[in-house]
Amino acid sequence: MPEREKLAPLGGWARLNLVFDEGTARELAMQAHGEDPLGFPGYADKLAAQRAKTGLDEAAVAAEGRIGGERAVVCALDSRFMMGSMGTGVGERVTRAVEHAAAHRLPLIIFSASGGARMQEGVFSLLQMAKTSAAIARFQEAGGLFISVLTHPTTGGVTASFASLGDITLAEPGALIGFAGPRVIEQTIGERLPEGFQRSEFQLAHGFVDQIVPRERMRETLALLLRLHSRAEEGA
Amino acid sequence: MIRDVLQELEAVEAALLGSGEDRAALERRRDELLSRLSSLTPEDTVYLARHPHRPRIDDLIRALMTDFFEQCGDRYAGEDPGVLGGIARFHGRPVTVIGTRKGHSLEENIAYHFGMPEPEGYRKALRLMKQAEKFGRPVLTFIDTPGAYPGMEAEARGQGEAIAQNLAQMSQLTVPVISVITGEGSSGGALALGVADSMLMLEHAFFSVVSPEGFASILWKDAGRKAEACGVMQLTAADMLRFGVIDGIVPEPVGGAQRDPAALYAALDTALAAQLDALCALDERELTARRYEKYRRV
Repeated sequence: MPEREKLAPLGGWARLNLVFDEGTARELAMQAHGEDPLGFPGYADKLAAQRAKTGLDEAAVAAEGRIGGERAVVCALDSRFMMGSMGTGVGERVTRAVEHAAAHRLPLIIFSASGGARMQEGVFSLLQMAKTSAAIARFQEAGGLFISVLTHPTTGGVTASFASLGDITLAEPGALIGFAGPRVIEQTIGERLPEGFQRSEFQLAHGFVDQIVPRERMRETLALLLRLHSRAEEGA
Repeated sequence: MIRDVLQELEAVEAALLGSGEDRAALERRRDELLSRLSSLTPEDTVYLARHPHRPRIDDLIRALMTDFFEQCGDRYAGEDPGVLGGIARFHGRPVTVIGTRKGHSLEENIAYHFGMPEPEGYRKALRLMKQAEKFGRPVLTFIDTPGAYPGMEAEARGQGEAIAQNLAQMSQLTVPVISVITGEGSSGGALALGVADSMLMLEHAFFSVVSPEGFASILWKDAGRKAEACGVMQLTAADMLRFGVIDGIVPEPVGGAQRDPAALYAALDTALAAQLDALCALDERELTARRYEKYRRV
């Protein structure tokens, strides 16, 4: 992948501000602080340090607002906070965003950016995969539109749960997207991976992405998709 | 090390079968060893969960079920022998039984990727579960896997997507789902067969976000710190019961299921039958609502 096609990581709020119409975003009020379910050595301090450093309470943010005039719920993972790893805090915030969208019959957009599971939360981290996937399944069963946007990097437990369940799946150019990390695969097969393996363009070629959308076109693309699914247009 | 204890115990038991003089000393030693095996560290548990002679899914099906009819293929791309599935009778009732598969020999293990499924394995499992739903059959899954197979081809064919689909669709199945972790239950690759109304674990099985080696490698960049990882991960059946993550522990013979498989089969049969009877009494709506709430709370 040529260097110029790789995009710099974008924080959760910056991501939201890039797609919402100016002044329309309203953060979803929710207590979703990551806990320390195992009492894991050093984890509470690590969380406190990450919170101080990033100004975030967890590796995900969520808000309701308008995109091209259409109402939507947008959740964005933030890879600056512990690699965007999914523990109970991220799982809960994603799930509540899904539930908010379901309750208000709004479309849901999730920007994924995650290194995978939050090791320090052990099996509780693993179970967030089932929790978020079940919430998405229920939302979709009820007719909800879920647009999954894969950004660099989307790996591990996030790839193997909600991020792969979009009605529509978009990816940013050059993003690493996969379940197993490149290092683990290289150890398994004992050789170097080819250039471009597990990148957005690879996922598009293998049938797992609808379109690759550059950042500057993300907002208009989402607005188009929301309009195409707008209930107001039905029967109009 | 628990391996040495098990080896000595085998030797002592073999000697006791003979006509040696020193029976009293041998019996004393046997009891000491058995007592050592009745309180295990998490690292011991991981050893037993991976024991090469631990009962495999085909042993469990043979011991607990009748009329097993194997079903192959995902109907898209291929057949993954690392996942075994089909229809069988359990206590006379037709069920769909599915699980990850480890072998009895090196050849089998190579064919089954040591219990690590490919996307085709997960998609076959989902196909069989949807079919079970159509015909009103309960689903029983047996889980014994270090995780999904981390290979290039598996990634190219959507390992993550396959797992995600199973999680989403299992959460909505309208028939009872019971999962049993029989050995290793690591990573999303294990959970992909484990979104269930009721989850049981064999006493010396473990359930974890990733294998202990993977955990040490990710957190400390040193897979060699596996023992330390076992100590902090909280991965035993007793941990899971305390967390409320599982519904019951199936007792194993002292020293592990491989020491007396028949005893394990009897205990598992009783536990599974009780769970199945209880779940079959619920109607579809109750069942799916309960399952949703169960995962919503974690």
